Amino acid sequence: MNWFEKLVPSKIRTSGANDKKNVPEGLWAKCNNCDAIIYRAELERNQEVCTKCDFHMRIGARRRLESFFDEDGFNEIAPELEAEDVLKFRDDKRYRDRLQQAQKLTGEKDALLAGRGTVKGVEMVAVAFEFRFMGGSMGSVVGEKFVRAVNVCIELGLPLICFTASGGARMQEALFSLLQMAKTSAALTRLSKRGLPYICVLTDPTMGGVSASFAMLGDIHIAEPGALIGFAGPRVIEQTVREKLPETFQRSEFLLEHGALDMIVDRRELADKISSLCTLLTGRSAP
Amino acid sequence: MDPNFLDFEQPIAELQAKISELRYVTDDSDINISREIKTLERKADSLTNSIFGKLTAWQISQLSRHPNRPYSLDYIERMFSDFEFLHGDRAYADDHPVVGGVGRLDGKPVVVIGQQKGRDTREKIKRNFGMPRPEGYRKALRLMGLAEKFKMPLLTLVDTPGAYPGIGAEERGQSEAIARNLFRLAELKTPVICTVIGEGGSGGALAICVGDRINMLQYSTYSVISPEGCASILWKSADKASQAAEAMGITAQRLSELELIDNVIPEPLGGAHRNYDQIASSLKQKLMETLDTLESVSIDKLLEQRYQKLMAFGEYRET
Repeated sequence: MNWFEKLVPSKIRTSGANDKKNVPEGLWAKCNNCDAIIYRAELERNQEVCTKCDFHMRIGARRRLESFFDEDGFNEIAPELEAEDVLKFRDDKRYRDRLQQAQKLTGEKDALLAGRGTVKGVEMVAVAFEFRFMGGSMGSVVGEKFVRAVNVCIELGLPLICFTASGGARMQEALFSLLQMAKTSAALTRLSKRGLPYICVLTDPTMGGVSASFAMLGDIHIAEPGALIGFAGPRVIEQTVREKLPETFQRSEFLLEHGALDMIVDRRELADKISSLCTLLTGRSAP
Repeated sequence: MDPNFLDFEQPIAELQAKISELRYVTDDSDINISREIKTLERKADSLTNSIFGKLTAWQISQLSRHPNRPYSLDYIERMFSDFEFLHGDRAYADDHPVVGGVGRLDGKPVVVIGQQKGRDTREKIKRNFGMPRPEGYRKALRLMGLAEKFKMPLLTLVDTPGAYPGIGAEERGQSEAIARNLFRLAELKTPVICTVIGEGGSGGALAICVGDRINMLQYSTYSVISPEGCASILWKSADKASQAAEAMGITAQRLSELELIDNVIPEPLGGAHRNYDQIASSLKQKLMETLDTLESVSIDKLLEQRYQKLMAFGEYRET
């Protein structure tokens, strides 16, 4: 900050998330897979899927839901939830500072975004993880928001769609975060009793506590191509079994082969596919 | 150093060694030094009391994994009669880190699921160091179904460093196996009491630790990740394990203060491994009492209470 900026009252200083949105990051982007140089706007139109090799790059939660729901958008569910640092957790940094940093970076309050809207005219609730928010880790807020989304479904008789992207439980919330696995799974028992569809879309990456709870409890499991999905991280497994793991290990295609998934679907076709599946499962006519 | 004692227990070990030496002497001669021995024994007790009175989270974590700590089978042998072990998940294998079966608790038929570590090298390998694979969780799932069908209460004994991180485990759906158990336990139509007897390691422990009451033995631990794992990720060094243990609040005492578990069961002086019979009898007593309470409630009400209890987990603000 230079001397002039310091004079400006902090209220009117522009920094953080809004700043990022207005200033383009660059006109060009590089594909992580084929190194192709792609026009940024074109990549965005293509939902962050490489226009040359169809590689699925990670996409933020808000953009995910915006492109999934129809043009009139979605009503956000429980946007007011925010983390409470009861343990006063501190490693190199304080948890509170990490939270603030993540909020600034992503413009989101925590790692899960939930909304209700229509997809190809079919009404549903969808939740999506923001991986850039502390690795999409699940703490109390993620658990509670997931449950509230489930409750909206139960109340209004709507299907639930979940887009996962998470490294697992949030260590800074210790046992509170572990217990979110039990909480979210329990909520799904009620959704199931109401006979409402729950479709889980596993995206890169889905690991640990998220994968070992609601991510694997769907009526239908869809994955995006090439996503890393598993319980233990590949590095941990390599250290345990002392073997080099193949590139294909724990990827979507591997999971489909081993019976953990129903299908792998291209991101650009998810809205069509899911709206159609929902009408099938609820016995309604096609969208 | 006596391998049966942890670092911080060494002063106790030295005293105890002295006592047994003296005993040896008295056996051989006419000199009466029993008073001497009594004094030393009292001293050992008070030393144990003072050391165990101010254990750190990290020391408790070491106790929870003490090589002599009683394991599930030690409890099963002491707490139940007519016990029959049941095996296999009916799909792939019988996974030895998970044991279970049917038996009687003070005459009452119950289903028991436990996680089992090994004592010597051969047994450790057989029990996969207490780390269940998907078939272990699916064996547990089968036993849950059995408990519900025959209206028998389910008792679980939790003691694992975590679910096994292996290639086969991933291929056979470790995540799904754990998730399915969480779902099933939330709606299981029979009373469920879970007790952490040693190490409650992450999702691998949680998969059999959802129920109407969660007990922890005094020197057991329960956490989202091991202190070493947490330290190496957040502090970038496994040496900071003691700090991580403190920060995460992994002890029975702390978790009870945070209202994340229901009961702390006191252990004998010096830890459960000093007296297997005593700890097994305390646990049995607690389980019998708790079962009486749970069985006085209708099953619908019990399930509603379990659900509300699960929904209450979590701390957040609404801004």
